[in-house]
Amino acid sequence: MSLQSTPNSKASNRSVRYVYLISVILLALTGFGQMPIFKRYYIADIPGLGWLAQFYVTHYIHYLAAILFLALVAYVIVDHLMLQKKQLRLTASGYVRGAIMAGIMVSGLFLVVRNLSGSRFAPEFIIFLDLAHLGLVMSFLLAGAYCLIRKRRWVAQR
Amino acid sequence: MGQEISRRTFLRGGIAAAAGLAAGSIPGAAAATAQQKEAQLATLLDISKCIGCGACVEACNETNAAKYPDPRKPFPRMYPNRVPVEDWSEKQDVDDRLTPYNWLFIQQATVNLNGEEQEITLPRRCMHCVNPPCVKLCPWGAARQLDNGISRIDSDICLGGSKCKKVCPWDVPQRQTGTGLYLDILPSFAGNGVMYKCDRCYDRVADGQLPACIEACPEDVQTVGPRDEIIQKAHMLAKEMNGYIYGEKENGGTNTIYVSPVPFEELNKAIETGKGKPHLEPVKDTMAEANNLAAAMAIAPVAGIAAAVGKFVKLARSKQ
Repeated sequence: MSLQSTPNSKASNRSVRYVYLISVILLALTGFGQMPIFKRYYIADIPGLGWLAQFYVTHYIHYLAAILFLALVAYVIVDHLMLQKKQLRLTASGYVRGAIMAGIMVSGLFLVVRNLSGSRFAPEFIIFLDLAHLGLVMSFLLAGAYCLIRKRRWVAQR
Repeated sequence: MGQEISRRTFLRGGIAAAAGLAAGSIPGAAAATAQQKEAQLATLLDISKCIGCGACVEACNETNAAKYPDPRKPFPRMYPNRVPVEDWSEKQDVDDRLTPYNWLFIQQATVNLNGEEQEITLPRRCMHCVNPPCVKLCPWGAARQLDNGISRIDSDICLGGSKCKKVCPWDVPQRQTGTGLYLDILPSFAGNGVMYKCDRCYDRVADGQLPACIEACPEDVQTVGPRDEIIQKAHMLAKEMNGYIYGEKENGGTNTIYVSPVPFEELNKAIETGKGKPHLEPVKDTMAEANNLAAAMAIAPVAGIAAAVGKFVKLARSKQ
């Protein structure tokens, strides 16, 4: 029996999936909430979703979800390298999604630095960051939808 | 006299900035120019000097007229129809509040000073925050902060979503429908014009000139200079007149520092506030709450790695 197939590790994998889903959903919702669209298109009128039109609230929750997501990504990478690498390999769709995700994280971290007082990025670079972050998120969601429909997994048995 | 000192300091700052830019192109000079780039310019407004003549408002209008919107009509029909049309093009003469055609106005207050009723007037415009939420939270990068502390909205890029106004503690930016980039994208479904506000005459400043409102003031109400110096002057002035300061700490610090002989709490009660008429209330640092999480974001991957290593060690021990 390999290390990763113990009952404990199965429960751990399930937890990873839940945390991944929760953080990605929160990040996507609050990320799109940075654009003034939820009020315009009545989404913030849905009971319980009024907070989506409050920019400082969505900004704060976006940061909280990003903290959760970054911790999770670090955990999954190290866990894969230490425990799963011998049994599992990253699939082609896994590489594609991983690369997009890396781009989202890097552009997002630059934007976090941009928001600190005293940061001095060139205006053109900030526009690039904003558009790259949004474009990569759209690509990630499209790739995720494609993989869900076509049942493409992140990893496969070696 | 104060104005003369201010002019000299200001021009010196301009020359230093130009030298910094030139040196910036030399490899290895980045560190040397970094400190020069730090200096944000702030303005000090001595309210006790303001006579409410409106010369600053007039000068602002004359100088910035070319930047004002020229909307295309009829406006595109917008969906859903809750999206408000904001049209100031027929009300360009309005000068008692902020509009896309009026970036500076005079606010008036009748207050009791030393037992006497007194009329106080003060010029109001963008505060040019040190860490401006309008700039930092613009989803397109249409609002930008210059190294000299000026925050301005690029009317060629702005889509008029008005987020900058909603996140501004003073609701300063004002929208004009029917102009700007959104007309070339999906005018009925996204965007709603362009946001306008004081850009502290960034183009004049780049040419080594003073902002028009400062130059035109017959009473030398405003002085401009490096923020540290302006803060020092503001404290000296406040001490001299036994007065009060607004703008130094508000929203984490701004580049517009008011000094008044009357407490701002009193002034705020006496001025007319509302749409296009900013308040004088205390303002917490709006960017601070999220920015305080940045450190946690740096630590988060370490926590993830520790959890994975902990799991590995636990499993390895259970196998022994």
